[in-house]
Amino acid sequence: MRTSIARRAGFYTTCAVLTVLFLLPLAWAGWASLRGRPGSGQASGFGFGNYTKFAHFGEGLARFAYNSTAITVMSVTFTLVVSTLGGYAFGRFDFPGKNALFLATLAILMVPVATILVPLYELLDWIRLSNSLLGVSLTLTMFQLPFAIFMMRNSFEAVPRELEEAAIIDGASSFATLVRVMLPAVRPGLITVGLFAFLASWNDFITPLILLPDSSKHPLPVATFNSATQQFGTIDYGALQAGVMIMAVPSLLLFIVLQRQYVAGFTTGAVK
Amino acid sequence: MPDQALVQKRRWWSSRAVQGAGYATPTAVVVAVFFLAPLGLLVWMSLHEWPILRAPTFNAPDNYTAIADNQLFTDAVMFTLKYTVVTTVVLSLVALGLALLIQHSRTGVGLFRTAFFLPGAIGLAATSVLFLGFLNGRFGPVDPFLMHLGIIDEPISWVGTPNLALFSTIVLVTWRFAGFNMLILLVGLHAIPLEVYEAARVDGASGWTMLTRITLPLLRPTIALMLIISITGSLVAFDQFFIFTQGRPDNSTITVVMVIFRQAFVKHDLGGAAALSAVLLAALLVLNGFLLRLVRHREA
Repeated sequence: MRTSIARRAGFYTTCAVLTVLFLLPLAWAGWASLRGRPGSGQASGFGFGNYTKFAHFGEGLARFAYNSTAITVMSVTFTLVVSTLGGYAFGRFDFPGKNALFLATLAILMVPVATILVPLYELLDWIRLSNSLLGVSLTLTMFQLPFAIFMMRNSFEAVPRELEEAAIIDGASSFATLVRVMLPAVRPGLITVGLFAFLASWNDFITPLILLPDSSKHPLPVATFNSATQQFGTIDYGALQAGVMIMAVPSLLLFIVLQRQYVAGFTTGAVK
Repeated sequence: MPDQALVQKRRWWSSRAVQGAGYATPTAVVVAVFFLAPLGLLVWMSLHEWPILRAPTFNAPDNYTAIADNQLFTDAVMFTLKYTVVTTVVLSLVALGLALLIQHSRTGVGLFRTAFFLPGAIGLAATSVLFLGFLNGRFGPVDPFLMHLGIIDEPISWVGTPNLALFSTIVLVTWRFAGFNMLILLVGLHAIPLEVYEAARVDGASGWTMLTRITLPLLRPTIALMLIISITGSLVAFDQFFIFTQGRPDNSTITVVMVIFRQAFVKHDLGGAAALSAVLLAALLVLNGFLLRLVRHREA
């Protein structure tokens, strides 16, 4: 369909303006994190002084970054393992309790995180996982399960039966079939599930805030927030924006690289 | 044949049902321990006085009756509802506008879609910290820009009045979630077959007619989905008010979840916090049930 030059120009102008508006805050944050200001970590010019200043808050950036990484790696791993095995079960087997378990898993969608964090706080204490990165990771995994299992179940259901049958004829066990035949076939689903789990875990705030009273276990979002509210006197906004960038860059990079998988995950989710 | 029967009996553990159950076990464990158990515990805790260090004592229905007297909670409910309505309207309109704008394939559309969605890749907490600086009168670019244009004379506090604080937060949330909601709508838009538009164009329908008579009606389930997600998310809003407005000014921007947080970890009353959580959860379940039925009813 041919559009007039005027309409095309209007379209691109509008989109350009909107693009600037949407990219502006992030771009500013990056610039502000490098900018020099008297009295801050970066006294003048541009450089990483603000980052150095931020790195020295509390127990130190290395500690907080480690916490974030540990939580995220564990969550993503658990989510992938549990949802792959579970998706395989729901997609390819029949067993007693199958429907009940599937419904219970989907029911998690009806319960927002914040409503069960108080009992979770207590429960984790009972099973010796209070104030632990592992406890937080398992909690985050649980919240990923509805989407992850739905995604993996669909992925497994879409694998052609012939592939499996070939493996069974060769005498492979169901586990061997899973590993050698099914996993490669559901790789796109795995990437999408991993990506969603990463973004959710890396950026989560309220769960570690409530489940990790010990500040040495805080991940980046909680630590950055504390650095904004626990300082006496004026807040060092440059250091704060450095913290923002440290949190944002991994998420942004991963999203840009795996955009297609993200949108694919969306489409499946929207259909549900 | 007897041999066959013997072989099958010996390998009970290799039956499909047992294997399936085996693969489903990790899921069952996580769901049972980290979801079902806490749900049950939530109700149990709400019936007890549950201080952080001492043993709990049964005190039903005190935790629940205390809610009606909790001024902070009732104020928070009103504010959260107000915030939800305004945010949902603004966010939906912006997302719809963006989706309609870039729904057709053209050169550069992929780039624009990425740009609009990019804020969605960073966390809400990080966004809130970002805006602490971005909207700060002395540090951020917004006030100097407005002063340069002559719109204001001196830096203003974007959380200085209740309405201004709400406005700033809605800008923050719209920036962060417009792209996300836009993606949901795009999925629905792309599902509309082109032939429908072609037929309408042949009949001489204008752009506006096509929008209101074809696009929007066919988009209804998708819009409903977006609304449900948006409304539920707004009702449990926490990060942006805890980090960005911090309840300012004068506790006028406190949400329901913030009250639960305060009850549990500032007032050390886990039983009361559990009761508040249970009430919130019940309200959300009723609302979701109602909204979902509304959607299904319309589709029929």
